[in-house]
Amino acid sequence: MSLRRSFSAANAFFTPPGPESAYSVPNPKDIFREQLPNGIVVLSRANYNSPSVALSGYLTVGGLFDPDEKLGLASFTSAALMRGTRSRDFQGIYDALESVGASLGFDSGTHTLNYGGKALVEDLSLLLDLLAEALRYPTFPLDQVERLRSQLLTGLAIRAQNTGEMAALTFDQIAYSNHPYSRPEDGYPETIQAIDRVGLVDFQRTMYGPAGMVIAVVGALESEQVMGLVAGTLGDWSNPDQPKPPDLPPLTLLEELAMRKTIIPGKSQADIVLGAPGPSRLAPEYMAAALGNNILGQFGMMGRIGDVVRERAGLAYYASSSLGGGIGPGPWRVVAGVDPVNVEKTIDLIRQEIARFVNEPVEDEELADSQANFIGRLPLTLESNAGVANGLLNIERYNLGLDYYLRYPDLVRSVTVEQVLETARRYLHPERLAVGIAGP
Amino acid sequence: MREMAFSMFCGVVLRQRSLRASELALNAVKWHALLPKHLKRAERETLRRQRAASQGDMSRLGESHHQRDVLHCQKLPVCAIFGSVATSLLKTRLSNGLMVLLKEINTAPIISHWIWYRVGSRNEAPGLTGISHWVEHMQFKGTPRYPTMVLDKAISREGGLWNAFTYLDWTTYFETLPADKIDLALQLEADRMVNSLFDPDEVASERTVIISERQGSENEPLFLLGEELQSAAFRVHSYHHEVIGDLSDLQTIQREDLYRHYRSYYTPNNAVLAIAGDFKIEAMLAHVQEYFESIPAGDEAKQSVRPEPPQSGERRVTVEGPGETTYIQVAHRTPPAAHPDFFALTVLDSLLSGASNLNMFGGGISNKTSRLYRALVEGDLAVSIYGGLQATIDPFLHTITVIVRPERNPEQVLSALFDQIQRLQDSVPPADELRRAVKQARALFAYGSESITNQAFWMGFSEMFANYDWFTGYLDNLAAVKPEEVQRVAQTYLRRINRVVGVYLPSGNGDISR
Repeated sequence: MSLRRSFSAANAFFTPPGPESAYSVPNPKDIFREQLPNGIVVLSRANYNSPSVALSGYLTVGGLFDPDEKLGLASFTSAALMRGTRSRDFQGIYDALESVGASLGFDSGTHTLNYGGKALVEDLSLLLDLLAEALRYPTFPLDQVERLRSQLLTGLAIRAQNTGEMAALTFDQIAYSNHPYSRPEDGYPETIQAIDRVGLVDFQRTMYGPAGMVIAVVGALESEQVMGLVAGTLGDWSNPDQPKPPDLPPLTLLEELAMRKTIIPGKSQADIVLGAPGPSRLAPEYMAAALGNNILGQFGMMGRIGDVVRERAGLAYYASSSLGGGIGPGPWRVVAGVDPVNVEKTIDLIRQEIARFVNEPVEDEELADSQANFIGRLPLTLESNAGVANGLLNIERYNLGLDYYLRYPDLVRSVTVEQVLETARRYLHPERLAVGIAGP
Repeated sequence: MREMAFSMFCGVVLRQRSLRASELALNAVKWHALLPKHLKRAERETLRRQRAASQGDMSRLGESHHQRDVLHCQKLPVCAIFGSVATSLLKTRLSNGLMVLLKEINTAPIISHWIWYRVGSRNEAPGLTGISHWVEHMQFKGTPRYPTMVLDKAISREGGLWNAFTYLDWTTYFETLPADKIDLALQLEADRMVNSLFDPDEVASERTVIISERQGSENEPLFLLGEELQSAAFRVHSYHHEVIGDLSDLQTIQREDLYRHYRSYYTPNNAVLAIAGDFKIEAMLAHVQEYFESIPAGDEAKQSVRPEPPQSGERRVTVEGPGETTYIQVAHRTPPAAHPDFFALTVLDSLLSGASNLNMFGGGISNKTSRLYRALVEGDLAVSIYGGLQATIDPFLHTITVIVRPERNPEQVLSALFDQIQRLQDSVPPADELRRAVKQARALFAYGSESITNQAFWMGFSEMFANYDWFTGYLDNLAAVKPEEVQRVAQTYLRRINRVVGVYLPSGNGDISR
């Protein structure tokens, strides 16, 4: 405390040089939101500080729809969207994009198919044309499907050698037993082998549609222009048979500590992933959990976990915690990469730290620090067009309200140490953690 | 959420939790954008499996001489970048030799502060490899005035973004903060330029952390291959070793070695301070002078290195290790960034392996229309390729990396790769291809301009190997490259005699089933 006081006194000696800008966070006055008749929600915010534009969004289709024997189907389908469309072949698509320095890509998650792109503003219509083509009229050319399959299988072979990936996968299998979150969205080699071109065609035709689709465009153009372009490319899309996303089954929580190791011979370092299912982003206690997680394993140099495992014990280069959030009960977990001989010691230290976290309230000053961190980083988070687009998507996805970023500082400040403790106790139990390890 | 990087084989060593690996690379980004996710993961060493973007909220997302007596303020003209955003720039030098670059950008209430030191693995001798990176770690271990973590936490409290990087030629520390909190960064960096403690207990603790960092890198086949390739390419020059250093040196370097290195290179006359963001230049300069000008200049830091003699034949290295995937790297010795041929080589690289991304913060683009992608990936020989040049003080390497399809052997891939190089050497590339490379570079510049941190990064980075004019003239210099020059640099630098070929051969013990 005394150090901080002396620091503050030194700081007060100078008058800060900035800020000079007239800046505001996204708010109801400058966010455009409109829903097309077919259900697509369009979000936009103008920014003339850069001649570029960022586009991002999602469809409500993901790995949840995958049958077990074809795990990775949603992911495979999304990866194949840009391999050919009704009006362009693979090289035609990328020639159009790369010739103007633009990018567009798709990534399938558990709940949603996410997409994102960037271009100079004069090329936004090209970006939207390609987005619409890829979503509505992919042709899945057989040679491209087989080439992509080879890439996916190589990717899985690389995953099998990655200690961090395999520790996380092992953790998911323990923490989410009998739950869709136990499954890797990219599947296994045998399930990728079981998917054929017809399966991709069917999946796109039946599962893709405008209901639930959201698109955010941020950059150097007016919202009316954005709306016109989106309506022109996606406004007449329909799929009367588009299914609703399946509900998540209840979790089966662990009743005791469960530990499993995946052996990967020849590696120098082992990775540990340890934790439990956490709160959904929609849960009322989410903000308390997020602030608590920041104290546990993020703030400064990786919070309390970093302090104990790295700074004091010198056991790891990285040791931190993360909170998944999201639509469902994403993981609240700690990760660390250590010398294989120190795995047990590191797990003990982390469990001790989690025990402290659930047994004692965090200090008032710790919570105040993290609250200030959350509020202070807002302008940085929203600095780029892509950052703002992501912010708009969060507002829509979690029904936060267009005034969310105006209310955000108060929401953060309203969290108490008691709420952090209560939330920690609800989700983290030192004697009932899942521990995934991968290494030699 | 791992985010950044230069290419792994060049070994920038980053400090913080999320930044060790390889995404926002200077030129490794281009291949990442749209690859199947595990191919990306192989590069970035991340252990965060992203359960889709559907989750989470608010996620985090030279001058070669050092004149000590120069006091002039060289006010550069105000330049309009685009739209309504005007920026102005000041480049000056304090009486103690500290070079200062200040750039006003009034688009968001943010300021990014970078301090660069002209010291990296280039300045290390055998026995002390990795010492620059270790010193960088020790810079976070406190001073008498601000013990360990106090200012780190103060910066985090304000929502700041901060980190440090060590590279071949330089070490840098940055803080991006709300504009009214930027004095925190000035205090921190002025203090630890001279007052870091290097407590023996902290040195001992950090030794194991750094060895752990190296072990993490050793888990990656491309690190193992890149380390061997680099050491084969440089027999004499100190680019021979990785930035992280050799394990034997990490086990034996002592506190006094670290402190001597720190005192030798962490001087104002061996540093560049670059600040960009929401401030008035006059007010910021006064703050910089207040904090930094009283620090005395040091002795001139040793910058001489043993030059690498010309290569006299192709060199080959093979690394065997776990896994089921074969990797290839092909490197050619290329001139330093300040050399006139660097721009033609940048265009050549763009044609061969895709647009080079200049941004440390900002996205890249895909490379699926590049000549090597079409020949190797579309030709069913490889699952991905990427390549890039590094902007360095001394001649370094243009490197092409290939992940080989399982059923192919390395010689098939190399033969097709060399055919594409030969094609560039034999015929002048179409002007359309060059125009496209320039348009791509312009777009990437625009993306990079969205980030104040990225703009501040460039101000200091360009001073490490040339000067800021190198950056501001970059697009014009690329646009001026003629097709014949691309052919000439292909003939000059991508010769077999100037080549190192590395192959990672998997031992095949990877279990990829459930």
